[in-house]
Amino acid sequence: MEVKQIQTKKKVKLFINGNGIKVEEGTTVLQAAHELGIHIPTLCYHEEVKPHGACRLCLVEIERNGRSKIVASCAYPAEEGLVVHTDSPKVEQIRKNLVELYLALFPFNPEIKSLAKRYGLTFTRYKKEYNYCIVCGLCVRYCEEVKKRNAIGFIGRGINKRVAFIPESSYFKNCQECMECMEICPTGVFPSNYGMDRIPQINDN
Amino acid sequence: MDTKIKIRSAAEFESAVKNITEVRGEKTVISICSGTGCRAFSSDRLVAGLEKELKKCGDKRAGNIEIKKTGCHGYCERGPIIVIHPEETCYLGVREKDLPRIVQAVLEGSVVEDLLYKNEEGIKILQENDIPFYKFQRRIVLENNSRIDPESIEDYLSVGGYRALIKAITSLGPEEVLEEVKKANLRGRGGGGFPAGNKWETTRNAPGKTKYVIVNADEGDPGAYMDRSLLEGNPHSVLEGLTIGAYAIGAQQGFVYVRQEYPQAVQSVLKAIDSARSYGFLGKDILGSGFDFDVKVHRGAGAFVSGESSALISAIEGKVGEPKVKYIRTAVSGLWDKPTNINNVETWANVPYIINNGADWFRSIGTKHSSGTKIFSLVGKVNNTGLVEVPMGISLRDIIFKIGGGIKEGKQFKAVQTGGPSGGVLPEKLLDLPVDFDELDKAGSMMGSGGMIVMDESDCMVNIAHYFLKFLSDESCGKCVPCREGLRQMLYIYERIMEGKGKEEDLKLLSDLSILMKEGSLCALGTTAPNIVLTTLKYFRYEYEAHIYHNMCPAKACKPLIRFEIDDKKCAGCSSCAKVCPVDAIIGEPKKPYRIDQDLCIKCGSCMESCPSKYNAIDKFTGLIKEKVPEGREVKIL
Repeated sequence: MEVKQIQTKKKVKLFINGNGIKVEEGTTVLQAAHELGIHIPTLCYHEEVKPHGACRLCLVEIERNGRSKIVASCAYPAEEGLVVHTDSPKVEQIRKNLVELYLALFPFNPEIKSLAKRYGLTFTRYKKEYNYCIVCGLCVRYCEEVKKRNAIGFIGRGINKRVAFIPESSYFKNCQECMECMEICPTGVFPSNYGMDRIPQINDN
Repeated sequence: MDTKIKIRSAAEFESAVKNITEVRGEKTVISICSGTGCRAFSSDRLVAGLEKELKKCGDKRAGNIEIKKTGCHGYCERGPIIVIHPEETCYLGVREKDLPRIVQAVLEGSVVEDLLYKNEEGIKILQENDIPFYKFQRRIVLENNSRIDPESIEDYLSVGGYRALIKAITSLGPEEVLEEVKKANLRGRGGGGFPAGNKWETTRNAPGKTKYVIVNADEGDPGAYMDRSLLEGNPHSVLEGLTIGAYAIGAQQGFVYVRQEYPQAVQSVLKAIDSARSYGFLGKDILGSGFDFDVKVHRGAGAFVSGESSALISAIEGKVGEPKVKYIRTAVSGLWDKPTNINNVETWANVPYIINNGADWFRSIGTKHSSGTKIFSLVGKVNNTGLVEVPMGISLRDIIFKIGGGIKEGKQFKAVQTGGPSGGVLPEKLLDLPVDFDELDKAGSMMGSGGMIVMDESDCMVNIAHYFLKFLSDESCGKCVPCREGLRQMLYIYERIMEGKGKEEDLKLLSDLSILMKEGSLCALGTTAPNIVLTTLKYFRYEYEAHIYHNMCPAKACKPLIRFEIDDKKCAGCSSCAKVCPVDAIIGEPKKPYRIDQDLCIKCGSCMESCPSKYNAIDKFTGLIKEKVPEGREVKIL
């Protein structure tokens, strides 16, 4: 019902790690950083689907009105005069902590591997429970938003949340033709493909 | 009163109220608390019993006695409560067998003395307001709960109900209402403490014509039932506040998001909406002002996390109730991307009082930055459990000892947990802390929606923290990694510590995880979840250390670390413990001291309970060394 705006969108200027960039209003901080060639690690981000904010690897520190705040750059919209730090000490500390947590969950992802290397993390102090699925929801969102099939969904809640096929879905029979979810899975192994989540036996190295 | 007319002006309202009071006349009213607590004590049967008793007595004066089912009175510990009006005689702990005596006393104008409240000196107290539990409270929002039948809008009208709405619409305008609420500094009672007036203003000024207002009644904290009791006992006050808010904001549609697990609250709100519509307080062209507003009830499917505003909005939209990553305020873009104002039940219920009595009156109650009163559900190891409404700024000590009547069974106070699972625990030395939003935050806990769980010396803080983390790990949406995986790892650490297998590094791990969750989680459930960990680590670190270094649980609550032993000098060989032991771990023969086989014992404690008090031969021990860890040690972390 709303009248579409014909004129081009307003541009806003923001500063990421000291580099200024002008982007269209509505662009996220992550997209602006990509334009600048600044790498912000992500797992649950995919340009074709809406931001989910679950992996928390893309956390950055923003300064606004003299206050600093930690936000998910995949969803935070660029604002005029916004100052962003992608590797401030605070961000680095949180991310290091987070990577250590990921090491107990799924240490095989290249992004996690390179971050662990960067932070000098050779082992994790947490209880290891390797899992193919990190519940980033990329497959669920991709199936819903891009493929419009809704053949995969979340089940459970809290620490028992998992990803599963929805057998009742009328599209279920078409899954064999598509299988695109398997390619976008950040752990590289689509969990429900084999109907199992936990990695049965795996060598620590 | 079936012929209800739609009220179109202040004059019509006055005559309708006058009519109601005239028709009712002076009647003796027996009011029975029908809040959830008293219903559990079968107050429903009391109502039926009273009706039968009145019919049976054959006295013609019985026709002038009305039985009224009211909302929660608050003193749940001593329910069911019956209050006789207009004398306001208050009977506590009424049972069915007492009913004939009560009816007789009402007819004769006498008092059933043994059902009255008796204070420590044995002096009987006649009226509710003089009972210590009520005396130190300041009941504003809860006041009408005990006076009206929640299902009768006429009852609400007769105690001054909907007068604030009339005032707001007929003599004030939307701007003035907004100014009044802003001036009153009404802060959100749901937990955040954000000034409601500012939120209203943002929603009002947000672009777009369609706006929504929402009542957040997704109360899910263990041990908390403030919002439930308000919705059950006085739903019209919430609706009136909501309508006034909608008028100030310019919203046309309201929602009450209430948990399906609160069937009585759902029923009560639905009934209230119906009767408000029939009087014209809801619907099209309210009071002839051209203001249209209606309310729908959305029943929540029972997820704690749905109380978070973005999750609540998702749930009403028909999606899974989980928080969204969004950095636009709901006041600007909320339900169906329209400006939406969400406030807690209690916040809305405060609005009519502010409009009626003015912002200055409201600010005169409470502290400088936290005005008004706050309802707490005082539960746990306290003598008088129940709902209490106190002015902000009152000390925790006053709430627990003056109103709550101290700790049960004469035990020692240990800690109080405020703010539900998201809050923290506060130790005895902080008991003089004034209760307001900022002070509790500073101490590492929070006001939350008003849960207050009192703990005594037999509660292990490690165990308590584990309990709340377990709750949160079930109730988290499981979306973001710091919350989901952080809680999972925290549980592993706690389970380890409670089994006596804790490691020295575990305390550091806990505080590292806490920092990660506090800073990195997506929504408030994750960012506040570590509060319980951080506060227990800060104030009760010695308990953690006792578990880890000495294999001891000082409170003797963690089963793997305790053992039961029979003192052979005291044991008379009565065999009562051996009879109750479910695993036959107690060995011996009658008349000779018994012995517990520690390998078989499951530490249920039945033997200790069954041991006759004249022998008192069974005791609990913990750890290898029987000395106590020095208490009061405090080590700062972070």
